[in-house]
Amino acid sequence: MAENLLSLSGVHTHIGHYHILQGVDLVVPRGELTMLLGRNGAGKTTALRTILGLWSASAGAIRFEDSDITQRDTPAIANLGIAYVPESMGIFAGLTVQENLVLAARRGPPEEARLDWIFRYFPPMKKFWDLPAGNLSGGQKQMLSISRAIVEPRKLVLIDEPTKGLAPAIINNLIEAFAELKKTDTTILMVEQNFHAAKSLGDSVAVMDAGRIVHAGRMADLATDDALQTRLLGLSLEAHQ
Amino acid sequence: MSAPEGALVSRRLDWRPPALILAIALGSLVLVGNPSTWLTLTIAGLAMGLMIFIMSSGLTLVFGLMDVMNFAHGLFIALGAYVGASTVKLFSAAASADSFLANLGAIAPAVLAAMLAAGLLGLFFERVIVRPVYGDHLKQILITTGGMIVAEQLILVLWGPDQIPVERPATLRGSFLVGDMAIEKYRLIAVAIGLAVFAGMMLLLNRTKIGLLIRAGVENKEMVEAMGYRIRRLFVGVFVAGSALAGLGGALWGMYQESVTVHIGASMMVLIFIVIIIGGLGSIGGCFAGAVLVGLVANYVGYLSPKIALGSNILLMVLILLWRPQGLYPVGKS
Repeated sequence: MAENLLSLSGVHTHIGHYHILQGVDLVVPRGELTMLLGRNGAGKTTALRTILGLWSASAGAIRFEDSDITQRDTPAIANLGIAYVPESMGIFAGLTVQENLVLAARRGPPEEARLDWIFRYFPPMKKFWDLPAGNLSGGQKQMLSISRAIVEPRKLVLIDEPTKGLAPAIINNLIEAFAELKKTDTTILMVEQNFHAAKSLGDSVAVMDAGRIVHAGRMADLATDDALQTRLLGLSLEAHQ
Repeated sequence: MSAPEGALVSRRLDWRPPALILAIALGSLVLVGNPSTWLTLTIAGLAMGLMIFIMSSGLTLVFGLMDVMNFAHGLFIALGAYVGASTVKLFSAAASADSFLANLGAIAPAVLAAMLAAGLLGLFFERVIVRPVYGDHLKQILITTGGMIVAEQLILVLWGPDQIPVERPATLRGSFLVGDMAIEKYRLIAVAIGLAVFAGMMLLLNRTKIGLLIRAGVENKEMVEAMGYRIRRLFVGVFVAGSALAGLGGALWGMYQESVTVHIGASMMVLIFIVIIIGGLGSIGGCFAGAVLVGLVANYVGYLSPKIALGSNILLMVLILLWRPQGLYPVGKS
């Protein structure tokens, strides 16, 4: 069993008057891809944002490697080697593809070998290198958002619904790219609604409901247990097959 | 880093705003009729526009990056004008010498002192007045307006209530005569400084990592932080630099007007707001185009139909916003 890179213990998050995370206990094993599943509004995105410090945990503890990061601010958490691909993609539309990637590379200019690796899976990044990112298509913007997160080696990548709204061909392309990324021992915590993508990629899985983790285990076990899928994910599973 | 092979499309300048400026300039040539008068008006308009650009460029970045409505921006202009005027007076021997190099011995300290004073006041404002009200526009308007009133009274205490005459350095007085055209020397200097500031800002924004961060921060602050950058530090830097530029603009404007009053900054704020709105909030290119448009239109209309000169820039803003509701060069927010 791999050691845990990230762990959340009894994490609560309030946004305004709303109590969104209500005691989340979650572990993310090092070197694995952990899928975070759940119905809309279950608190998956809030969990990712709380890990990154974009929303503050009102109670509980978040540990990354050997450090308690619960009260750290977002830049300090990101600088531990954590990258984020938000649901909105968060690309800088007025900056070129190149400028987006240069900004994401904290250790200096992106390495040529790393860029070649990215271009192999996301050829539009090379083709539209000098194009303002705002001119890319939806799928290409998602590729850019992911490319930024992996433009240099990271310890943990948080990815929020990467396949949302994308054409099946592009989703398959992304699945292939994530499978390749897994081989580099990058730990990934991914929120995903597309169960086909989730079961293709996930090593471990956690299912959220009403601000809590209601199931945690191996993805392979969930993928083969129809009754468990129906109980945990219900309609959302069928809707996103 | 070079572009990889296969880069097909590069960023292109949107040519329509410059074309509009050119069309207005050429159209007014027809209306004015006399080419020498038209050239005088055009250079006066460019000088005015570029001084407004210097004053407003910081404010547009502060609004775009920090989402702060700083109604005290005119204060930095006024302080720059006062400090610039006092410094020129301090170096009056150099200012009245009949040599440009000697005059520079008065202008350079005046401009640097104006920028330093306005920058320091900007630092104080950001830390004490603005920081507690980030994210609340109404409080920002109220507290920055209040801060401006208090600081204006302090200026009156320090410099007195009377209008202060500003002596223009000797070699910047008068005009160059080209045929039957008279081109005021100071206006050419103002144009040159304005263009240099614009070029410097474009280089900073497009060729440096700090510039990239500012442009990215204007679009999406949260994502910049999620990449590990401390945008608060950038906020402070931009606020101080924007205040210093306002101080520079104030010093230049004071010398242009040849007098300084405590309201010199506040009286420019309407034009400055028009410029940053029609340029597109947060856009330096838009601010430049907007300032040139405002300067030219004010001068052409002032000559052709003085009665409507006061409202001409409001009309210009309405027309531009009808054409491009987000401004000439809108900044995409994500």
